[in-house]
Amino acid sequence: MHYSVFSIISQAFKGQKDWKPVWRYPEPKPEYDMLIIGGGGHGLATAYYLAKNHGYTNIAVIEKNYLGSGSVGRNTTIVRSNYQEPGNIPFYEHSLKLWEGLEQDLNYNAMMSQRGVLNLYHSDGQRDDYARRGNAMMMHGVRGDLLNREQVREIVPFLDFDNARFPIHGGLMQWRGGTARHDAVAWGFARGADSRGVDILQNTEAKQIRVENGKVVGVETSRGFIKAKKVGIVAAGNTTRIAETAGLRLPIESYVLQAFVSEAIKPLIPCVVTFGAGHFYISQSDKGGLVFGASLDYYTSYAARGNLPGVEDTIEEAMAIMPSISRVKLLRHWGGIMDMSMDGSPIIDKTGIEGLYIDCGWCYGGFKATPASGYCMAHLMATDESHPVATALKLNRFETGHVIDEAGTGAQPNLH
Amino acid sequence: MRIPCPFCGPRDSQEFSFLGQAGLKRPDPTAPDAQKQFHDYVHIRDNKAGVTKELWLHANGCRSWIIVERNTLTHEVTGSEFASPVTKEAAQ
Repeated sequence: MHYSVFSIISQAFKGQKDWKPVWRYPEPKPEYDMLIIGGGGHGLATAYYLAKNHGYTNIAVIEKNYLGSGSVGRNTTIVRSNYQEPGNIPFYEHSLKLWEGLEQDLNYNAMMSQRGVLNLYHSDGQRDDYARRGNAMMMHGVRGDLLNREQVREIVPFLDFDNARFPIHGGLMQWRGGTARHDAVAWGFARGADSRGVDILQNTEAKQIRVENGKVVGVETSRGFIKAKKVGIVAAGNTTRIAETAGLRLPIESYVLQAFVSEAIKPLIPCVVTFGAGHFYISQSDKGGLVFGASLDYYTSYAARGNLPGVEDTIEEAMAIMPSISRVKLLRHWGGIMDMSMDGSPIIDKTGIEGLYIDCGWCYGGFKATPASGYCMAHLMATDESHPVATALKLNRFETGHVIDEAGTGAQPNLH
Repeated sequence: MRIPCPFCGPRDSQEFSFLGQAGLKRPDPTAPDAQKQFHDYVHIRDNKAGVTKELWLHANGCRSWIIVERNTLTHEVTGSEFASPVTKEAAQ
């Protein structure tokens, strides 16, 4: 059913009888044209754009758990395109443009809120660095506003501007950035893909990618073998585990990132605020909870839960800019597995095995990339060529030296 | 998480810094495929789910490089040893 104010009003008079489940629970077919491994945001978006832009409908998404159970449902929901490196900005800006039209496109309320993303700077040197980043953005047609201390104070007066160690000197604002409702993004893409005929196979674990004579022939799953001409790996933190079954070794390590939600408080934080002297980002959800996170737990892990030192570090950073929330109680915190690439930037590329494609290395910035990742992966799988905004996101860039290292920390994934 | 340092005994993991997979061997720069080998050495990792061997530095302790055996699915640490004898042996 098309969702609109009219459907809500008409259902009010029909006893709400016509609302239907928004996706099916189909049995796997023995063969598909394309298989997507991973039913998170990126996998569902890939299926959606394959169906919508390229007309493929005989495709399936296989997900080992329930739909949206991975990182798409457990992130800090930030959407932005304030990147610096030439290989990244066009891609993330393409993503932000897709976000801006996403709800109309999907006919699904993803609660996209362009409330602004404010990166604080705490020294003169950092101001110059942020000015450079703002200039890099503007050279690619993406607006960034360098705000001074008083302009920042007007937006977020409750911050600790005179902190002895990290005084706030100003910030770089991207007004078009903001937040979106993460679960709704997964549900919206799932509904859009399903309604175009894509089979979404939940509780179906990919066990082994079967390759014969250098060509992919299908995937062994927990519900039997499924034949497919093309297979896309969109498995986030578990990418290397499934890629390994096809003999692929990747420049990826998996780490845990923790995220936090506090109890609901009255409206306080009007935009997304990030701490420049450490690594901390916070926003307030529409329910009132403060949603925040910081750096990775610094050792490799598949445990999907964090350790207390990470919690302590995050809370210390929160106190450094917002001592006013020191009495706010944490409601919950959780950990997700991040596919950290060696340069901190993603990979959307062919693999050297015919018919096998890969979309990985999202580090802990994958949510904002969801639409463009799906868009570009679908383009790659349908045409065998990289989408123009994703030409830099090659798997072999580590061999050729064309790495995209935003943080400039080198081949050490836990530092990105 | 506690890490049993072979010199200091069990210590809080926060005293350590993490480098990554242990047992990587620096390739021979004169090998004909040295470029490919160095690419793998610098960038490609096993990223195993399960028991792994990793290099940790007891940075806020005895400053020894150690090899820690740890399960990445459970965070259980099952052993550790000094890294230098192992890496020296591997280099020969």
